[in-house]
Amino acid sequence: MTDTQSPNLSRRDFLKIAWAFFGGVAALETAGVFLAYLQPRLAEGEFGSVITAGLVDDFPANSVTHIPNGRFYIVRIGDGGFLAVYHRCTHLGCTVPWDQTAQKFICPCHNSQFDQQGTVENPPAPRPLDLFALAIEDGEVKVDTGNLIQRQTYDMAQVVYP
Amino acid sequence: MDEQTPKPEPSIFERMRNRLTPDGVPADERGRMRMVMESLVLHIHPAKTDVNSMKWTYTWGLGGLSALLMTILGLTGIILINNYTPAAPQAYLDILEINSNVWFGELIRNLHHWSANLLIVVAVLHLIRVFVTGAYRPPRELNWLIGVVMLLLVVGANFTGYLLPWDQLAYWAITVGTSIISYIPLIGQWLMQLVLGGPEVGANTLLNFYSMHISFIPLAIFGLMSYHFWRVRKDGGLTLPKSSKQLDDPKPERVTTIPHLVNREFIFALGWSAAILLFAMFVPAPLEGIANPALSPNPAKAPWYFMGLQELLLHFHPLIGAIVIPSLAIIAIFTIPFFDLNLKSVGVYFRSQRGRYLTALAIGISLIATPVWVLLDEYVLNWTLWLPTWNTLISNGLIPLAVILLPVIFLDDWIAKKFQADTEERALFNAAFLFTAFIVLTLIGIYFRGPGMSLYLPWNMPVVVH
Repeated sequence: MTDTQSPNLSRRDFLKIAWAFFGGVAALETAGVFLAYLQPRLAEGEFGSVITAGLVDDFPANSVTHIPNGRFYIVRIGDGGFLAVYHRCTHLGCTVPWDQTAQKFICPCHNSQFDQQGTVENPPAPRPLDLFALAIEDGEVKVDTGNLIQRQTYDMAQVVYP
Repeated sequence: MDEQTPKPEPSIFERMRNRLTPDGVPADERGRMRMVMESLVLHIHPAKTDVNSMKWTYTWGLGGLSALLMTILGLTGIILINNYTPAAPQAYLDILEINSNVWFGELIRNLHHWSANLLIVVAVLHLIRVFVTGAYRPPRELNWLIGVVMLLLVVGANFTGYLLPWDQLAYWAITVGTSIISYIPLIGQWLMQLVLGGPEVGANTLLNFYSMHISFIPLAIFGLMSYHFWRVRKDGGLTLPKSSKQLDDPKPERVTTIPHLVNREFIFALGWSAAILLFAMFVPAPLEGIANPALSPNPAKAPWYFMGLQELLLHFHPLIGAIVIPSLAIIAIFTIPFFDLNLKSVGVYFRSQRGRYLTALAIGISLIATPVWVLLDEYVLNWTLWLPTWNTLISNGLIPLAVILLPVIFLDDWIAKKFQADTEERALFNAAFLFTAFIVLTLIGIYFRGPGMSLYLPWNMPVVVH
């Protein structure tokens, strides 16, 4: 053995480790390319973009209105504030209808129940119905369906006033 | 050198026929053995086969039946592709067209549908047969693992195929089924969107599922199936049946594979093909109205083989019910050949006399305990109400899980003490107990859950209009 050789790492071992390392990097890069390729793509103007639900005055106080193409409900609570509630159940994704007589959202799939603001009244749903970001511009109610807000509880900060 | 009269040359047609058709089965044993060895398809068999391994009541032909069903699925699937467009809503219209306007279209679809459903049952029975005869023990651990992976792929093929008709049944079963993914910690939401190709089941989901259903999954199953067969030979053929009183290997008695094994297989395949064909002629595959994303049917049920899982979801926080419990079950199935090692009882149904008794006991206890627990949890236990300030993962997840696990651990301990059960018998007891519970949950989910997922007696089930 010549004394230029490191006692701990031979040239052969060094090359083996280097090959394994760069091979691993190449494999990760390939996996990354595949994953990036498979990412969902969203089309302009469809669900996922900003949707105009209507004029502020279209929604009376204490009402729930379904906007099917936006997948959400416009909830106007008693004091005139707005919420955009995603109609997808937080349990397993069924579409939750508003029950006018019971004044509740009742999911047909596993009987999760939510009050007007989307708070869980009956499990198995693990959290309140999700919200979309809502803004009021020039008397129009606009909902950004690409901006989903998950929440653990209902609080007044979520309500938007005209 | 003498001029010899040349023999008359065979005509071009004779030469074609000689080259392209088999020579016919040789009359002598050696010739038939050579034929097996030299054939691409037949050489998955040994030239001679032990008569004990052909015993009908040992294997029940379940592996062979799975292979037959895969063949039927491949053939019917390939031609179904020609009348199908993986786009919404055209997919649904194409199915209507196949059912009404394509020659034999409905028959082909029925065959594909019923074979796929039968395959799930047969593949699970095959797994049970291998489990209760201890046929996964060394050196066959790897083939057990490959088999389990194939079972998961078969479930995947079924699930991706379930969406393709694009009817209400398909749409909501896939919505419920894929929402389970979102409960995987950290990456769940991202992974669900990747699978769906968007925030909800839609056109991209249909294309994703179609591509998985007709390319990746069948290719993977075909490759693993070939490997599975090859490993059976490499691991020394099938395990041989033994009785629990006579643990010595049975006296080997080998006969030529042609005709003894091949004929049996041929008749078996023919009989099953006829039965499936008859069934598909008379029982139509279900098809409901076109998918309507705004209207969830009540109740919305997952595919039947996931109803046990969906039943768990009614009782546990989704992270426990949909991720933790199934993962534990799959890990247990994967690792069992590495700690259940007794080679003495390979080939004995239920390991021993005591094993047979313990299995019956486990099934009996489970048949009573599972419905009782479902009823209790439905009408009496209400953890989220009793512990309102607790996180639902604890109150509706870990606490009920502990309530379930304690009796299981207690039972395991009890049979170990009372019956001196050894490792292999305890594995058998626990597996029989848990698997029976899973079957009972599946049956409750399919037959006893009605609108709002409330419990009904099957004969009092309200009629659901979609």
